[in-house]
Amino acid sequence: MRPFSKLGLALSLLLLFSTACQQQAELPILSPKDDRGSFLPVPDFSFVNQDSMPVSRATFAGKAYVADFFFTSCPTICPVMAQQMLRIQRHFSGDSRLLLLSHTIDPGRDTVPRLKTYAENLGAIPGKWHFVTGDKDSLYDMADDYYNLVVEDQNLPDGFDHSGRFTLVGPKGYIRSYCNGTSPEEVGQFIKDIETLLHEMEDATAQH
Amino acid sequence: MKWKTLLLSISFGTLFILASCRDDPYKQGRILYQNFCASCHMDDGSGLAGNIPPLAGADYVAQHQEALACIIRYGMEGEVVVNGTTYNNPMEGIGALSDFEITNVINYINHSWGNDYGYMTYGEVKKALANCSED
Ligand code: HEC
Repeated sequence: MRPFSKLGLALSLLLLFSTACQQQAELPILSPKDDRGSFLPVPDFSFVNQDSMPVSRATFAGKAYVADFFFTSCPTICPVMAQQMLRIQRHFSGDSRLLLLSHTIDPGRDTVPRLKTYAENLGAIPGKWHFVTGDKDSLYDMADDYYNLVVEDQNLPDGFDHSGRFTLVGPKGYIRSYCNGTSPEEVGQFIKDIETLLHEMEDATAQH
Repeated sequence: MKWKTLLLSISFGTLFILASCRDDPYKQGRILYQNFCASCHMDDGSGLAGNIPPLAGADYVAQHQEALACIIRYGMEGEVVVNGTTYNNPMEGIGALSDFEITNVINYINHSWGNDYGYMTYGEVKKALANCSED
């Protein structure tokens, strides 16, 4: 190998390592676009949380939040998802810019009192982690908007087919990241994405 | 020379097999646990906060060995206190498990995550299952 190519190799390796270690400076916007190519924010919604308070897009104005879909009597993936949501809540417990939003997909059984018991038993921080119920069609429509798959299927042990995805929404209502909420490894990366987004929000307020 | 190699590979082979048996004496129990229990009680047996009780380091498991088989087969509901926390969410029975498989799950739980709760024999599990109370 000629000395030059050795140097080239060393330099490119160095470059590779340095980019690998670096955290991504900004998260992409993953929301769908309208006809004119502008990103579409998550549409408005109107649900009620475990404390019987209305929850809508306004609840999350200027905040980042993680959305997921579950139901309290779910025997399959939900407990693991809840464990991972708890992990996110713990990681950002001191940062009021990050909220959590869990939607039931079983509003027939998951009444407000039932959501309240579930949330309290979990140790959900009031005002930070909202458990919401509401009109079934609206809940399922929102699942679509957060790129979550939710289908009712009586043949499954759950009675539902749902993907267990966590979706990160930024302060302008755009989707910025998502992950498989049943995978601790993916959630680890997702937590880094949330940190990246919170940094970005810091920079944005510093500029203005 | 050939004999030596053969002897050596046999002894190493036996050692290896012994070692792997020692590492995983509850193989079926572990796999069954992962497929039928871990989604709720978690891989590490820690449960889910105040909603699903733990099996790791659980006084309830230590003190109710004779009840485990019935809980696994028929489920349980109503309040249960584990390590001082009251839980109250129904658990459905796992009807798919045979008496033998239930024995293996119990012995896996009894010896995992630092638990040291002794052994249940197949005979004991069979007897317990014949006497599950109706509730
Ligand atoms: C769908 C979720 C779910 C699954 C799956 C599940 N459990 Fe449970 N388990 C629970 C809940 C909830 C309770 C608490 C019941 C109550 O409040 O009466 C419980 C209670 C228990 C208890 C008694 C309390 C304790 O923690 O000591 C044992 C033992 C137990 N489960 C073992 C198992 C085993 C073994 C399996 C797998 C074969 C299993 N469970 C599968 C949810 C589940």
